This record gives sequence, structure tokens and C-alpha cells, in this order.
Amino acid sequence: MANSTHQESKNLVGWIDARFPLSSTVKAHITEYYAPKNFNFWYFFGALATLILVIQILTGIFLTMNYKPEASLAFASVEYIMRDVSWGRLIRYMHSTGASMFFVVIYLHMFRGLMYGSYKTPRELIWLFGVGIFLVLMGEAFFGYLLPWGQMSYWGAQVIINLFTSIPFIGPDISLWLRGDYTVSDATLNRFFAFHVIALPLVLLGLVVAHLIALHEVGSNNPDGVEIKKNKDPKTHIPLDGIPFHPYYTVKDLMGVSVFLLVFSAIIFFAPEMGGYFLEANNFIPADPLKTPAHIAPVWYFTPYYSILRAVPPILNSQFPGVAAMGLSVVSFAFLPWLDRSPVKSIRYRGNLYKKWLAAFVVSFLILGYLGTEPSNVWGQFSVNIPLFGGADRATVVARIFSVVYFSFFALMPWYTKRDKTKPVPERVTG
Amino acid sequence: MKTKILLLLALLVPLMAVANEGVKLDHAPIDPNNQASLQRGAKTFVNYCLNCHSAAYMRYNRLQDIGLTDEQIKSNLMFAGEKVGDTMTVAMQKTEAKAWFGVTPPDLSVEARARGADWIYSYLRSFYRDDTRPTGWNNLVYEKVAMPHVLWTLQGEQVLKVDEKTETHRLVLNKPGIQTPAEYDQTIADLVNYLVFMAEPYKERDKHLGLLVLAFLGLLFVLSYYLKKEFWKDIH
Repeated sequence: MANSTHQESKNLVGWIDARFPLSSTVKAHITEYYAPKNFNFWYFFGALATLILVIQILTGIFLTMNYKPEASLAFASVEYIMRDVSWGRLIRYMHSTGASMFFVVIYLHMFRGLMYGSYKTPRELIWLFGVGIFLVLMGEAFFGYLLPWGQMSYWGAQVIINLFTSIPFIGPDISLWLRGDYTVSDATLNRFFAFHVIALPLVLLGLVVAHLIALHEVGSNNPDGVEIKKNKDPKTHIPLDGIPFHPYYTVKDLMGVSVFLLVFSAIIFFAPEMGGYFLEANNFIPADPLKTPAHIAPVWYFTPYYSILRAVPPILNSQFPGVAAMGLSVVSFAFLPWLDRSPVKSIRYRGNLYKKWLAAFVVSFLILGYLGTEPSNVWGQFSVNIPLFGGADRATVVARIFSVVYFSFFALMPWYTKRDKTKPVPERVTG
Repeated sequence: MKTKILLLLALLVPLMAVANEGVKLDHAPIDPNNQASLQRGAKTFVNYCLNCHSAAYMRYNRLQDIGLTDEQIKSNLMFAGEKVGDTMTVAMQKTEAKAWFGVTPPDLSVEARARGADWIYSYLRSFYRDDTRPTGWNNLVYEKVAMPHVLWTLQGEQVLKVDEKTETHRLVLNKPGIQTPAEYDQTIADLVNYLVFMAEPYKERDKHLGLLVLAFLGLLFVLSYYLKKEFWKDIH
């Protein structure tokens, strides 16, 4: 009996294969996609990002069933979800925690790319699609953050949209066009809802598919930065250092997924606000267009760029240089494949120069990120007696220094990667 | 490598942002598992707060979660002929409230999440007599607040004593109320306990579920760890 069922399913697969590339697709992308055998800790985050994308889409569908994208109802409908919808509070916390964890995972995933040179030839397009995913994700997070219609939602959106006002000549019109009103209002909420639930998710999914197709075309990089396709078995043409994604990496990722879900669930059940970083206290006050909060800060994942925005002083009374610097700080990642002149990919075989610059970049990113969550007078002012800095906010001066380091990491990369003393790269992957 | 991972994990632990607004807040001695305290807090809430402040997202029958039956809720905590499934609304019109107080008293459903327990605990104990204010009351934690001291019969009247020499100030009880200062602190602690419960009624119950979920995932991790080990034993 079992045998005959097997026979039938094979026939069904055969029937489908004659009409649709089912088996060949499964082979190409899963069972016969050969990944390097030396993936380490840092290689969990791609799969985890995919998992979070699925979580966000599923929980998002159920939130959409109960959420009201209308200025006078939005805040109440979120509380309705939190209290009256069956399991609504957990669905909502999964979504809000998912948003922050998406960025945690994506930042670690990007850092992996920086460490092992995953953006270098032949993976430039994978990297560009990835930067696209990152940008769309930022948009998705920004649009979604308005929906609870709390004070932070409202004033955060107000601040970000007003940034466009500083663009010379056309700025004010662009802001008006984005908002759909002269101030953030019901019209803004409605269009942000549309962007958040359909427009950007579609683009995001498309980019993720492109990211994966490009990856599977050229094959995965690895901690050694060795191209495993250069050493194939002469008979089978399988890379000697490659192992099929399934079952090896599916079982390994299952392990990573269970650890991730442990952390994720601990946050959902025991600290969904994460000390005010994932859900801000001010956002439990309904949006009030007449009451500006004393301190408006974006959610933590935007704060490094926000710090850069604040650090750049206005030039000729225009805030535009700050806005441009903020935009550039995000887009800079896209240029990495062409800025990096090093002959080796992995940090294992790079010299000290790159290691030091990467460390400086990470430190800048973290300090800028921290300062972005705080008001600029958080560390007080320098004494007025000090020349040059006298009376200036300490935090602003520090943010300026680290903004320079942040941009130098990119701007000086062609120079220091070329000058760096690299070590010989082995023929085959190690360990 | 290990230090790098530790550094990244440390990132996940949020650095608590300390809102520095001059006044030092007292720690609210609340216990979300103390049902008697929550019930006393609910009583204070419906008697003193729920006349001007609504809690429009909170249903009366959610009070079952702090150990009350529908009958107890109806006969002790509901005064205006609502149904037990109704939310805690008030009769006062928003426009009227604004005309009387200058601002509409905020809905208190999630106030504890916006302000934090310590803030409310300190605020409700920091009213003092100030004849320059329209209500005759001012507050150390929330200067020039529009709200009068609704609980003054319980606490009594405090006045602000300023020490010119040390440039410090403190509140002194001028006229005692029905309760002693210790009793009043307990009343406020119970009330804050209730407000914290009301802001997230399922929180404590969900923690039990959370432990089960973590136990399940822990088991999943152990199984997946050995599954991975088994599959990978011939990869060198």
C-alpha cells in the first residue's frame, strides 16, 4: 500500500514536472544547491531574516483584520486588538517585536557581509538587491510606525516628512505631496497604511526573490572568502567543499531558528517594550496635533542616521546638508563593491588596516545609534573656557567626530584596502 | 570571536534611558500578583478617578482577572447602570471637561504604560496647597497641573517648604486627612498597582504561557541540536 502511494506521488510529481519545473527548482535551490561547508555563526541571519519576513506578513494579515486606518479610530483599534481580539496582544507583540528584530538580524547579516567581503565580485548584484531590501525595510518600518497613531507615531512622521521640506526649491511641495495634507492627518494615515500593507511588501518580496536568485546563481560566499566552485569533483562537478543545502543547512538553520525563537518569545512574553526601545512609552498617548512631545526620537534602528542628521550643522540657514548626509549614510553601503580594492574577501586574510577601520565603523555606528536615542544635551556642555568647543553640547561634538569616522570608513576605503597587507588565501576552505 | 558575540548580545540589552526632569521619583512598591491590593486599587479607581477620567478600553468584566466575580463587580464597582461587558466610560463630555479644567482629563486605560508606575506613584503623593493656582492645588512632579487633588480627604493638605539656604524644598503635611501618611502611601500603591494591571490586563497570565513556550522551544533546541549533530557527523 505504502509502495503504491509512493508510486502515485511520483506520478503526480512527474505529471507536474511535465508542465512546471517543480523537481528541477527544488533541486537547484534546495536539495542540490551546494553551500560551503564552513558556514559559522554569522551565516544564520539570512535564514532568520526570511523567517521574520514570514512572521511579519502572517501577523500583519491578522492585524489588518482588526485595525482601523482612520485617525479617530486607529489608536482605539490597536487597544481593541490588545484586549478584545483573541490572542490579539500576542499577534501585535509578535509584529512589533518582529519589526525591531528584523533590523537586529539585518544589521548582523550586513555586518557578516562586511567581515567576509560578501559584496565583492561576483556578488555585487546580491549586495545591491540587499541594500534595496534594507532601504525598503526602512520605509516599511517608517510607514508602519505611524499606524498605532500614538504621540511618537505622529510626531516622528511629522519630523521625517518635514525633512523633505529642506530640499531646495521643490522641498515644501514634496512634503505636501507625501503627507496629502498640510499636517500629518487622516489622509497621511490612510496612504501610509496602503504603503505599509501592500505597496512596500510587494517590492520587498520581489527584492528578496531577486536576492536569492542572484545568490543561487553565483553561490554563497563563506568565512574564508574562497570560491568553492573553483574546486569541483571532476566526475560529479560538485564543489569539493560544498554540501547540499538540504538536509545539512536546513537542520542547522532549524537549530538557529529555535535559539532565535527563544529570544523572540522571551521578549514577547516578558519584555515587549524592551525598556522603551521596541515600544516607546510616549506611543501609549494618543496622537495630539496640538501637543509636541519634549523629546522626539526615532525608534532605535534609525538612530545612527538620525544622529548624523543632527550632527551636521545648517549651512546658509539650510538643513539640507544634514538631510543629504543622512541619506548618504544609508546609501553608502551600495557603493561598497566598488570602494573595496582589496584582493581578498574575508577578514581572516585582510591586514590590520581594514580590521581597524571596520572596528572604528562599528563603534561609530553604535555610539551614533545611542546618541540618536537621547536629546543632544544628554552629556551636558563643554565649559565655556575651552577654546573652539566652549559651550557646545558634548554629545553633538562626539556625534560629529563619529559621523566623520562613519563616512571615512567608506570614503577612504579605496585607499586603505589597497594599501593593506593581506595574507595568502588558501586554495580550499578551512575548518 | 566570542567577545564580538558578547558585545553584540550586550547591544540587545537596552540601556535604560533615564528621563531627567528634575524631580526624583519614588519607587512604586507594587506587586502584580497581590489580588487584594489590585482589588483595593480598583475600588479607589472607580470611586475617585472614574468620574473625570475614563478607561475606555477597559471592560468591567476584565476585573475577573483580579479575582472578582461578575456579581461582585456589578454590586461593588459599577454605579451608573452599565452592563458588565461595557467599557469604563464617563458621563462628562470632553468639550465640557475642557471648559472646566482647561484640558480634557486623559483616558487612563494605558496611562501606566505612558507614564510608568513610579511617576504616577510619586505624582499622586506630591500635591500641595497653592493659592495661586485656579484649583488651589499644585504638584511637585507635574508643575501647574490642571488636576485638583482629588484624594485630599484621604491624604490631608501638604504645603511646600522651601529652604533658602540649601535651595531645597520638601512637602510637609499641614492638615492631616482621614488616612495616616503610611496608609495613604498604601492606598496610592494599590491604585498604581491597579493602573498597571489595567494598562495590560493579560500580562501576568501570559507570563505563565510564556514559560511553557520557552520550555517547548528549549526542548526543540535540544532536539534540533542533536539532529544537526547526527546529520553533520560525516562532514569534516
